[in-house]
Amino acid sequence: MTSVAALWGAVIVSGLYHGINPGMGWPLAVSAALMERRHKAMPKALAMLALGHFLAMIGILLPFSIMIALIQWEVEIRIAAGLLVIATGCYLLINRRHPKILARVHPARLALWSFLAAMAHGAGLMLVPIYLGICAVGQEETGHLAAQSLMGNNIMTALAVAAVHTFSMTIAGGLIAVVIYFWLGLRFLSRTWFNLDVVWALSLVLVGAFGIYTAKMGH
Amino acid sequence: MNLRPDPTFHASPKLAMEAPIENYAFTVMLSPDGSQSDGIAVIDLKPGSDTYGQIVHQVIVPNKGDEFHHFGWNACSSSLSPLSGHAFLERRYLIVPGIRSSRIYVIDVKEPLKAHIHKTIEPEELFAKTGYSRPHTIHCGPEGIYVSCLGGAGKDGTDGPPGIFIMDCETFEIIGQYEMDRGKQDKHYDFWWNLPQDYMVSSEWGLPPQFENGIVPEDLLSNKYGHSIHFWNLRARKNIQTIDFGENYQMALEIRPAHDPTKSYGFCGVVVDTTNLQGAIFTWWRDDDGVWQAKKTITIDPRPEDPANLPPLLQGFGAVPPLVTDIDLSLDDKYLYVACWGMGEMHQYDVSDPMNPVLAGKVELGGIAKGHKHPNGKGFAFGPQMVEISRDGKRVYWTNSLYSTWDDQFYPDDEGGQMVMADVGENGGLTLNKDFYIDFPKGLRAHQIRLEGGDCSTDSFCYPSV
Repeated sequence: MTSVAALWGAVIVSGLYHGINPGMGWPLAVSAALMERRHKAMPKALAMLALGHFLAMIGILLPFSIMIALIQWEVEIRIAAGLLVIATGCYLLINRRHPKILARVHPARLALWSFLAAMAHGAGLMLVPIYLGICAVGQEETGHLAAQSLMGNNIMTALAVAAVHTFSMTIAGGLIAVVIYFWLGLRFLSRTWFNLDVVWALSLVLVGAFGIYTAKMGH
Repeated sequence: MNLRPDPTFHASPKLAMEAPIENYAFTVMLSPDGSQSDGIAVIDLKPGSDTYGQIVHQVIVPNKGDEFHHFGWNACSSSLSPLSGHAFLERRYLIVPGIRSSRIYVIDVKEPLKAHIHKTIEPEELFAKTGYSRPHTIHCGPEGIYVSCLGGAGKDGTDGPPGIFIMDCETFEIIGQYEMDRGKQDKHYDFWWNLPQDYMVSSEWGLPPQFENGIVPEDLLSNKYGHSIHFWNLRARKNIQTIDFGENYQMALEIRPAHDPTKSYGFCGVVVDTTNLQGAIFTWWRDDDGVWQAKKTITIDPRPEDPANLPPLLQGFGAVPPLVTDIDLSLDDKYLYVACWGMGEMHQYDVSDPMNPVLAGKVELGGIAKGHKHPNGKGFAFGPQMVEISRDGKRVYWTNSLYSTWDDQFYPDDEGGQMVMADVGENGGLTLNKDFYIDFPKGLRAHQIRLEGGDCSTDSFCYPSV
């Protein structure tokens, strides 16, 4: 039970982490409200960013939820997933160039932008080892169900993980956007903007390693 | 890569105006006949410095005949765009094209007194990768560094239309042509944009045979120079509308959009109206239906003059045309500065209401058949030309050369490069600063100016001033 709680905690923390990263879009919420000169534009922008992020999470988690139903390969799949996440982290460490595709997105298409930004930065992959850990604990508890109902459970878990993660991301990013918009002012936009590229890539490596470790330890 | 955004990146025009003032200017030095190498002069602008208003360093390039003209920064405040994520670039490199050689120099000015060439892109590479020639205006934007070119392919640059190409903003590798659908655009000059609103505006001078060896009077009188501006969907790379000012509005040059990104208007200067020799400024804007419109909002009359005092080119007209060759808009979008290079005047218009500009200040300096002296008693060759405004809007700098071969036609007896500065009054008005006068090294003329930390004709913003 404690390990499940810890894993769900990790889902929330990863959401907060993505939320404070300007690369996941909170400055866009500030600019949307300023450009439209209406406070209401901010929650709308945050909702669009959340939608794009949620879809990116689901897009990554769902294939794994189907794969992991192959229960006899569970450990191997979790190790492979961990390696994939580490590889992505290493790739982002070596290739420090900005994803060019983002520069072609129309500034008003926030959901599309958020989806592509999350994809390009491997944001969904960061959740995979955590998600697979939750699924593994769930399978232990429910015993060996038929593959079909297992898959159903896993899909529900994927939706829940993506939803909880996106919710906490939106809270964190929204909080920063609101504080800057209403109180601190634009001057703080550039002051609160840190280069998280290296930290982000290292986080992927760390989470991937964690995934492999827990897979081997049986959780 | 920095861990924090470059302190010279400002979210809004208002924040840029409140930032520390410029410490250095970088000004193009060009050899009109290619007998010397061109270069960039580094000028000390630190208030109170012993060398204030002097050239304190020069970057002289190894080649001759480049003819430097316009140039720009590798990065500006638009790097704070939340969309493209270039926040950790540095405003550090000047991209300096040779308009005659098509060679491009990337100059590292991180330490202004040790400024040096960081990279050179040879003309052959530019031709091969873009099909364009004669690189001109530089802006940094969503996909990298955008460079407008005045010529197409081929020896005289008329083999195919000219256009814009994109360079990588970190490696300075040329990526390729910008345009996916250029519509009616077949000439080029300047361009600028509004990044959050995702539009770009471009303008037209003429094709290389129309300017490289001097102005072609027959082409001008038959209205063959550019007279249209083009509106683009910036990120879709598509020309969405072309506005023709009318064929008599010859040479639609500088494009100056309002800096505040919530505004959807800007200005374009026209060198000469061939029906009456007036200079003109058009205001362009997007109407409620999303259609672009343009209207002439400023006209400047020519001055009658005894033909005996005029260069051969103008003797038949018996008048000095204003020749509006550069315009620049202050960061608060309040004052538009208009260089009347022919008459020898710098005008300051209050454009708080962009549809009804009001003349707020004026300075006379140089000029055809006038040759107004500087208040320090020294002469000023040619007339006021490339103009740059300090971020806080309080100081206006300008130089005097238009373009080597054109200088010689309009001012056959003048020679020299000068840079001066005027102070802006509390409520407008423009006064030449008696103590600021830079005479350029012998044989070199002066053209565009860039200010350390950004200036009014390069910085684009992604957040409005509030």
